[in-house]
Amino acid sequence: MVKFSKDDSSVVVVIGSGAGGGVVGTDLALKGIKTVILEAGKRHETHDFINDEWDSFSQLAWTDQRMTSGSWRVAKDFPQLPAWIVKSVGGSTTHWAGASLRFQEHEFKTKSTYGNVQGANLLDWPITLKDLEPYYAKAEDRMGVTRTNGIKGLPGNNNFKVFEKGAKAIGYKDVHTGTMAINSEERDGRPGCQQVGFCFQGCKFGAKWSTLYAEIPKGEETGKLEVRPESYVLKIEHDKTGKVTGVVYADKDGKVQRQKARVVCLAGNSIESPRILLNSHSSMFPDGLGNSYGHVGRNYMRHMTGSVYGIFDKPVRMWRGTVMAGIIKDEAMHNSSRGFVGGYEMETLSLGLPFMAAFLNPGAWGRSFTTALDAYENMAGMWLVGEDMPQETNRVSLHSTAKDAHGLPVANVHFDDHPNDIAMRNHAYKQGSAIYDAVGAVRTFPTPPYPSTHNLGTNRMSEKPRDGVVNKWGRSHEIPNLFVSDGSVFTTGGCENPTLTIVALATRQAEYIADQMNKGNI
Amino acid sequence: MGEQQPPKLTRRDFIASSSIAVGAAAIVISGSALVSTKESWGLEVKHLSPEAMSTLIQMSRDIYPHDRLADRYYAIACKNFDKPDLKETIEEGIKILNKLSQTQFGTDYVNIGWEAERTSLLEKIQTTPMFQALRGSLVTGIYNQKEVWPLFGYQGASFEHGGYIDRGFDDIDWL
Ligand SMILES: Cc1cc2nc3c(=O)[nH]c(=O)nc-3n(C[C@H](O)[C@H](O)[C@H](O)COP(=O)(O)OP(=O)(O)OC[C@H]3O[C@@H](n4cnc5c(N)ncnc54)[C@H](O)[C@@H]3O)c2cc1C
Ligand code: SF4
Repeated sequence: MVKFSKDDSSVVVVIGSGAGGGVVGTDLALKGIKTVILEAGKRHETHDFINDEWDSFSQLAWTDQRMTSGSWRVAKDFPQLPAWIVKSVGGSTTHWAGASLRFQEHEFKTKSTYGNVQGANLLDWPITLKDLEPYYAKAEDRMGVTRTNGIKGLPGNNNFKVFEKGAKAIGYKDVHTGTMAINSEERDGRPGCQQVGFCFQGCKFGAKWSTLYAEIPKGEETGKLEVRPESYVLKIEHDKTGKVTGVVYADKDGKVQRQKARVVCLAGNSIESPRILLNSHSSMFPDGLGNSYGHVGRNYMRHMTGSVYGIFDKPVRMWRGTVMAGIIKDEAMHNSSRGFVGGYEMETLSLGLPFMAAFLNPGAWGRSFTTALDAYENMAGMWLVGEDMPQETNRVSLHSTAKDAHGLPVANVHFDDHPNDIAMRNHAYKQGSAIYDAVGAVRTFPTPPYPSTHNLGTNRMSEKPRDGVVNKWGRSHEIPNLFVSDGSVFTTGGCENPTLTIVALATRQAEYIADQMNKGNI
Repeated sequence: MGEQQPPKLTRRDFIASSSIAVGAAAIVISGSALVSTKESWGLEVKHLSPEAMSTLIQMSRDIYPHDRLADRYYAIACKNFDKPDLKETIEEGIKILNKLSQTQFGTDYVNIGWEAERTSLLEKIQTTPMFQALRGSLVTGIYNQKEVWPLFGYQGASFEHGGYIDRGFDDIDWL
């Protein structure tokens, strides 16, 4: 496979190989542009994946130190694990469940639609649904999203059947097995889903889309893409004109290396991306790169989340089959008569026994907890995911004392729920319980948020430089050859699982970068 | 997570025990070993006192009580704490627990007959580092034992069986 010289200053360097980085890197290579992806994690292929929750967690998850603060419950239950995301080639698209949803039109214009929400730092995106529609279409095609492009839906598993029956019983209409980036039939050289049930642990069949095997190899085939695993980026460097010139990283032996670059695309997920920008401070950019207006790391969003589990008097065996192939969309619209702005989705979810024990009610003990696990076989589960309010004080910043192995401050993730998030979560808990009650649940459990899987907003897109970090192309307002290509560019979060939007934006950005390079503007 | 990594325990930690005398309690102490006559296993304790280990096992059951789980699963989970660097914290914690127990019930914790009375004592110490460490470790110590999974109906890895596509992913019949 191709290897580029570290002194080759004509390459585009992409930091991170997940949804954003894997797509932007692959697309640039497909357009004939020399690209190096630096990825902190190792390269594990599908045959390496492990059908075991804790072993897989040790293999794939980002467990390097991070800190937390704020009143969110995660800070108490998992003080050093604010997020459940991945450090491995493919990024969190190895872990993800595959739910692929487009934003609704109003979700690009929340400030205009919701008006002034006290304490919320709402802003309209600099793009509209119309701008993104062609890229959504491309993303759905490349990812093989069910119920698009004539691809049939996945079959419903036991967990879905309980969910669907309860949903219809309480009057919900828009209920189906989801728009999933999981093959329902063989497509794009990957097999159909075998209902293994370990989607969160890496799909060993490769039925689920991941940049690891569905994108990156296509880029590598062109001879224009080099993926360098175990390359942990420390900072981005710049010259005296304020343009970035390369990236400093630690290789697998911990040795510091320098890769020159014509353009840098940052895609380390919403916690590491701002951390890298902040750690890249210099005399010219004392507060970090692209941070003149102080927005880097702010407006951290994680979606309003929660789960509801229901126990029945007969077996469900929810762990069998696709984890998240089930959705109710009836609450996704904006309708402030419910007591909050924005909407939420309800999606099927199952955890294996080990994770259920860890997440059902972290810290709980005694019979009220264990009798729930005693009924594990009779349990059905759903996840609630809704739009949360961006707040300036919810923030990824550099921790004042904790340092990583290379002496750089680790990220601190501060989060407080906004009253709107709480009102929405309570509404969703009530509806979720009602669904299970309608099919005879004996007990239901409103389960608190897990460490964040959706991390968004810390390098927000804005029309005006003073309102954000990047422009509508994900290009830094200040540094013309620096791009952000991951979920951190979200101006606001929408209520949909974010990855389809991340991929659509990355596809669009790659087109723009190639065009600008051709025109000699970068 | 992090501090809750699965323990590396095997059943090699257990010694055979058929020849040891039968006592009244479910778990008896014989030299440096704990012996379950009912379940016929014995557990050699290396660093903790055997009394401390038997208290830990009882605490584990009281923290995560599952009537369907035999004592040996709790014992395996507690084996994790038989370490020189934990000895002091554990034995100190147990001393406090037994002091409370003596004051309130006139006997050591393990000798209290009713679970509710024992848990009333645990509630008093639930914020102590010793309790927190034990509870945190049990989350994986108990529920990540593969031998325990079938007792809850959980089927574990499924890839090698070809997933559930032909093995009942949609076989629910009571809806
Ligand atoms: C369990 C789980 C289930 C999910 N389910 C869904 C779902 O159903 N639908 C959906 O839309 N989304 C889902 N998500 C979210 C989805 O995975 C993320 O939104 C998406 O992958 C984010 O893309 P990203 O490019 O921002 O970051 P990632 O995909 O996380 O990629 C970031 C990469 O950057 C690397 N990196 C970080 N720092 C450095 C550094 N300093 N140097 C080099 N590399 C670095 C990381 O190792 C990582 O590989 C799920 C996530 C999880 C964890
Ligand atoms: S259920 Fe389907 S998508 Fe999930 S891991 Fe199995 S084969 Fe892959």
